[in-house]
Amino acid sequence: MEYLIGIQGPDFVLVAADNVAASSIIQMKHDYDKMFKLSEKILLLCVGEAGDTVQFAEYIQKNVQLYKMRNGYELSPAAAANFTRKNLADYLRSRTPYHVNLLLAGYDETDGPGLYYMDYLSALAKAPFAAHGYGAFLTLSILDRYYRPDLTREEAVDLLKKCLEELNKRFIMNLPSFTVRLIDKDGIHDMEKLPHVSFPSPPQTSD
Amino acid sequence: MALQDVCGFLETLDDISPCTYLPNEMGYMWRTPFEFDGDSAFHFLFPPQQCSRKNRAPTLFSSTFSSLSPHQQPFQLSHGTTTLGFIFQDGVIAAADTRASCKGLICCPISQKIMPIHSHLVVNTSGSGADCMLWERILTREMRLYQLRHRKRLSVNGAAKLLSMMLHPFKGTDVCVAATLCGWDGEETQETLQSCMEIADVKEAVEQDSNVSAISDESAQGSVKMASINEQDEISKDTQALNPTVSNQNTKNALSTFGERSGPRVCYVCSDGLQLKGEIISVGSGSPYAYAVLDDGWRWGMTVDEAVALAREAVFRATHWDAYSGNNVDLFHITAHGWRRRDREDLKEEYYREREREKKKIKEREKERQKREGDELVEGEGDIYSVHCG
Repeated sequence: MEYLIGIQGPDFVLVAADNVAASSIIQMKHDYDKMFKLSEKILLLCVGEAGDTVQFAEYIQKNVQLYKMRNGYELSPAAAANFTRKNLADYLRSRTPYHVNLLLAGYDETDGPGLYYMDYLSALAKAPFAAHGYGAFLTLSILDRYYRPDLTREEAVDLLKKCLEELNKRFIMNLPSFTVRLIDKDGIHDMEKLPHVSFPSPPQTSD
Repeated sequence: MALQDVCGFLETLDDISPCTYLPNEMGYMWRTPFEFDGDSAFHFLFPPQQCSRKNRAPTLFSSTFSSLSPHQQPFQLSHGTTTLGFIFQDGVIAAADTRASCKGLICCPISQKIMPIHSHLVVNTSGSGADCMLWERILTREMRLYQLRHRKRLSVNGAAKLLSMMLHPFKGTDVCVAATLCGWDGEETQETLQSCMEIADVKEAVEQDSNVSAISDESAQGSVKMASINEQDEISKDTQALNPTVSNQNTKNALSTFGERSGPRVCYVCSDGLQLKGEIISVGSGSPYAYAVLDDGWRWGMTVDEAVALAREAVFRATHWDAYSGNNVDLFHITAHGWRRRDREDLKEEYYREREREKKKIKEREKERQKREGDELVEGEGDIYSVHCG
């Protein structure tokens, strides 16, 4: 029911996540942010079982920040991804595995942009584009067709919009809005929420 | 309990019967986040030790801590209720029904689901009744300890985080708690403390005087007027000071006029780990019905009367459709001065009153229609067809 997507360009990574926090059949929140900022240039997108997502993501977040405090420099995205995977793997065979699916997106000074796909079985793969959730079944083929390694930022956003249009058309769940962020050498940039048609907010007073 | 923790005194519970292994583990778990010895600092780094807690289903009847198979519950625990909480420009409204059910039986028609934690925080609970009672007390204890140690109240979001962390080790067990924390974050000054004590006195006096009166729009205004005139002035002055131009702004702007540190807050915490901040939260089997009413009528710029009426109607509609909600409705209103409680109202009477109102409305509409057609008859030629249509 939740959806994450990431697209890596030559010098940026574009990520988007839906904004719905649901509890059984009710949407409890329409503006829930599923992205966790690990450092100035690393974002962790996390979906999965209710409590596990926040618990695990915050644990990783605090540890990455602790590393910086201890050592004076930040973890690279690759290192952070491997650290996350190791923690998932350690807990996988314990009595309390974390059922979370993750995308880690970051920009490294030396290696450039990176997008890492991780799932609840602690598989890790560096990929040019990736998606999680039922929506992934609908959008991965679109990404396959139109993705090129030398996408510009505008083309990446257009590709993302194509994917979200397909979701609106064919996905049974209503996912009205998505948070979109872009990571490049200048850090994490918030972009306009998609789609542009905004979700009708509760009626406002008019006196 | 609180003094025991402050002194660091742990009882030995080996010789006491069944389910009291819980306090021991909980004592271990809760002391560490707040102690500042070197060992416990690392407890923040590791997700809490789960060990074999998850396989132990805490039951009343099992005295062996076997982790092989969960002991059969003697009866199914049901989680039927309607609770809701929402913020608006003049504070927070927390409302809930009062029916405690157990499968098909109403165990208690007059239970209290909204408990005050401290002067500026109440918690709506749903889920398993025993778990809710226990965790309310635990949360109250931890909030009080925080206040004593740090000389300021923990914010609503902080309390939600605390409760969520405390519940996390019990994920996967039968603990079922879905709590909505409704409160007012604010600076703790001498004036507000003073006025909170005054409010408490006024509230007591007022509760002694008032009687459970009929629910209607008149009574909604009546019970709000129960507060003394001084108090009303104080409150209106304070709200004006806090939010000068609030009524036409949308939520985000309005919250920012309060500043990040103070203002109304509503936060949902669930024992399966979900934690949400929002403007409107409703929990329980009757929550879909309540959401429908709340989404339709909620505005940031509502007056207190409108908010109270909306909350009452939402609970009323939910109790009408949901079998597991019903009996009475409790309503709390929290402002910068603290919480105030409305009298408990019986929804059965509200149901009959609504039927009367509907009957009256139908009669009025009928009269109007006849009058309109009477006028048409007079204006027209007296066609037989128009007579039949009447």
